[in-house]
Amino acid sequence: MAKITLDNLAHSYLPNPASDDDYALKELNHDWQDGAAYALLGSSGCGKSTLLNIISGLLQPSQGRILFDDVDVTHQATAERNIAQVFQFPVVYDTMTVRENLAFPLRNRGGDEAAIAARVNEIAQMIGMEDVLSKKARGLTADAKQKISLGRGMVRKDVNALLFDEPLTVIDPHMKWELRTQLKKLHHDFGHTMIYVTHDQTEALTFADKVVVMYEGRVVQIGTPEELFERPDHTFVGYFIGSPGMNVMPARVEGSRAYVEGTEIVLTQGYQPLEGRVEIGVRPEYARLTQSEGMPVKVRRVEDVGRHKIIRAECFGHDINIIAGEDDRISADMNRVSFDPAHVNVYANDWRVQGEAA
Amino acid sequence: MEKTVNQKAWFLVLPVLVLVAFSAIIPLMTVVNYSVQDSFGQNQFFWAGLVWFEDLLHSERMWDALGRQLFFSGAILAIEVPLGVFVALNMPKKGLWASVCLVLMSLPLLIPWNVVGTIWQVFARTDIGLLGYTLDSLGINYNYTQNAAHAWITIIVMDVWHWTSLVALLAYAGLQSIPNAYYQAARIDQASRWAVFRYIELPKMMGVLMIAILLRFMDSFMIYTEPFVVTGGGPGNATTLLSIDLVKMALGQFDLGNAAAFSIMYFLVILAISWVFYTVMVNLDKRDTK
Repeated sequence: MAKITLDNLAHSYLPNPASDDDYALKELNHDWQDGAAYALLGSSGCGKSTLLNIISGLLQPSQGRILFDDVDVTHQATAERNIAQVFQFPVVYDTMTVRENLAFPLRNRGGDEAAIAARVNEIAQMIGMEDVLSKKARGLTADAKQKISLGRGMVRKDVNALLFDEPLTVIDPHMKWELRTQLKKLHHDFGHTMIYVTHDQTEALTFADKVVVMYEGRVVQIGTPEELFERPDHTFVGYFIGSPGMNVMPARVEGSRAYVEGTEIVLTQGYQPLEGRVEIGVRPEYARLTQSEGMPVKVRRVEDVGRHKIIRAECFGHDINIIAGEDDRISADMNRVSFDPAHVNVYANDWRVQGEAA
Repeated sequence: MEKTVNQKAWFLVLPVLVLVAFSAIIPLMTVVNYSVQDSFGQNQFFWAGLVWFEDLLHSERMWDALGRQLFFSGAILAIEVPLGVFVALNMPKKGLWASVCLVLMSLPLLIPWNVVGTIWQVFARTDIGLLGYTLDSLGINYNYTQNAAHAWITIIVMDVWHWTSLVALLAYAGLQSIPNAYYQAARIDQASRWAVFRYIELPKMMGVLMIAILLRFMDSFMIYTEPFVVTGGGPGNATTLLSIDLVKMALGQFDLGNAAAFSIMYFLVILAISWVFYTVMVNLDKRDTK
């Protein structure tokens, strides 16, 4: 177990990257705390797997350093870094039995056979495969193969970090939940530093202490699930987390007032004059459909999703989502929307602007 | 869906039947016909029963040729399969050099058999051949026309030169189909180079390697032109393989009965061994999908 430091790290798959766009992973400085569980969240192709492969040493970064407990490991081979990693698609050694598969990482490091056998049984129990231990791995289903991959990742106790690259993609939903619970338990019991790559926000938010959101090769926010929800640092975080995502509308901000198409919105904080594209972002949870206050909207439809209602509406040509309680009455004359001033965030060129107390 | 029964549909199979009959069945039957008759010339044939087959089973000449043939096939398989795999493992995985390698590797496969034979026949001559001359001037008394061991080495090296590419290309195709994640996982698991070969590459190559072995076995078991052009079966009978012996018997001595029985035996041996290969391969596949 170790603290992992990324120092000035960046990676490009091109030999001579010229502009920022050539970098699959843009410059990044970050400490992964020892023993914490992180989720790396982002849409496909945003650089999540690149970052993971750099940490495990499968990929050499174009620039910057990686430190484990303040020791530079940038040029160390994967084997020396002592990292476990589980991939998106199952990797099993076909000709080996399940038992041999699980024991493989331990045997490669040498070690007492009795201790290995005990550890393998422990892991087999954890992934629920005790009864197939002597079967050849090749005949198993994709589900079972991925469980073996997970088991192989977890079998070593002394790893510096456990990395998961969307490991539950091929697992069926019921088993997914169970394995995720197992992973959390494992983390709780052994306190490994864990990094879990996913594009599924539920998975990320339930697994991790801290969620790292990536967008186009850049880490846009690192925070607890609550921080990501309340104060998205980037409009992408707003869109990506939450269901539905945050409403973002172009606005003009003057001091502690915002104007959307001329309609005034009161903010709780004041802002200096802003450069570039200015927008305000409000979560659907903090928007309210009313009869008299706020901006005029045209309600398109109301979706009842069980525990609440989602109102899809149009406001000055922009789509806007509003969440109303399950028992709230919605009548035809409710054609205005108002926002909770404490939860209106202001963005300039997609990045959140910190206001000053008004 | 209701199936329509129409016995006339059998006529649709007829063209294939006719074609196969003329290309394979009828020629084979004439061989069978010869194998049970004796002839004293002027196209007079007499029923001989299984005499030729009995003769064949007691013929030292046939057993010797079969022994040489098995040795030849065994030797070239023992060299070409590991060598082909080794070459495939060391070929570039992508880029310009991968294409260059593939083209270079394919070249020997495109050369006709008798040309290969001629190339090596000249190449190995001690007076004008580069190989023979070089060996000779190094003080090695190399002479493939006089020394049986030298003749054997020459035809085996020739076959290795001609056909290792085939094994290498098939093995390469097998290697290319392995997803990168397998190698990454092996690095994470700290597998040694040997373990990567033994547990990842070899199992994934097994299917294509079986095909390569089958092809190389059949081809080498039936080989005629190349060794015939180089050694003519000599010195003595040292490199007289089955097909060379068969041609001598059938066309040289015109022993049609002997030769026909020989041919049938030859055909059955190849059929039997190929069947064994096929069964093994199918079982491998079954095990994979189970």
